[in-house]
Amino acid sequence: MRSIKIKFAYRFLRSLNNLNRRRRITDGESITTRRRRYHMVKTAAYASMASAVGSKRAWSRALLSKIRNNRRNYKIRRESSSSSSSVVVKVKKPIIQNPSKAEELEKLVPGGETMDFCSLLDETAHYIKCLTSQVQIMRSIVQFYESSSSSNDQRY
Amino acid sequence: MSSRRSRSRHSGASRSISEDQINDLVSKLQQLLPEIRDSRRSDKVSAARVLQETCNYIRSLHREVDDLSERLSELLANSDTNQAALIRSLLTQ
Repeated sequence: MRSIKIKFAYRFLRSLNNLNRRRRITDGESITTRRRRYHMVKTAAYASMASAVGSKRAWSRALLSKIRNNRRNYKIRRESSSSSSSVVVKVKKPIIQNPSKAEELEKLVPGGETMDFCSLLDETAHYIKCLTSQVQIMRSIVQFYESSSSSNDQRY
Repeated sequence: MSSRRSRSRHSGASRSISEDQINDLVSKLQQLLPEIRDSRRSDKVSAARVLQETCNYIRSLHREVDDLSERLSELLANSDTNQAALIRSLLTQ
């Protein structure tokens, strides 16, 4: 888990850096750009974790392909906002035990809808571990930014 | 102790999954949940409870990611940070 943590931190910081660089080009600070930045940070966090885990896990594969699809759909929507041909792929539900609770869980774990009950439990355990590390690292980055921005006056 | 019979009314499609395997996975999951990780007095937490707590916990983690992303996107807008120092501080944790 430690190596995944480091990989995540590295990837996430790199994408934050990229976001920051892109911000310089656009100068307006409307509410929509702020919303967009929030979404980009959030997506960067999930994508960094999924790619740190790699393709050996079903949830990370599902998450990465979902992010990729969203990105593509966003581009398509921007390029041709008139056409409304969105392809919705419905995945058939497998048989599971403990229906209601498992269905709730399926929706929370990326790719959960396509898993059988055993792999759902297994993937969930791994997903929780990764999410916890993700939150820890994000929290320390926030702390770092906050402490460094408050001590900027002394530094210069 | 008491080997409770599984509800065998379910369709036989999921026969290949053994009860033990599921119990094992559920208890692994339970170890990760702060709410019920240390339930000592009653060793047995029902699988349904574990699943419920799992959902709650994932939701709370998602909310926390939302919140932290919000704060990060604000901080990002107003600060230039020395990334080398940041990475150093993360690695020494």
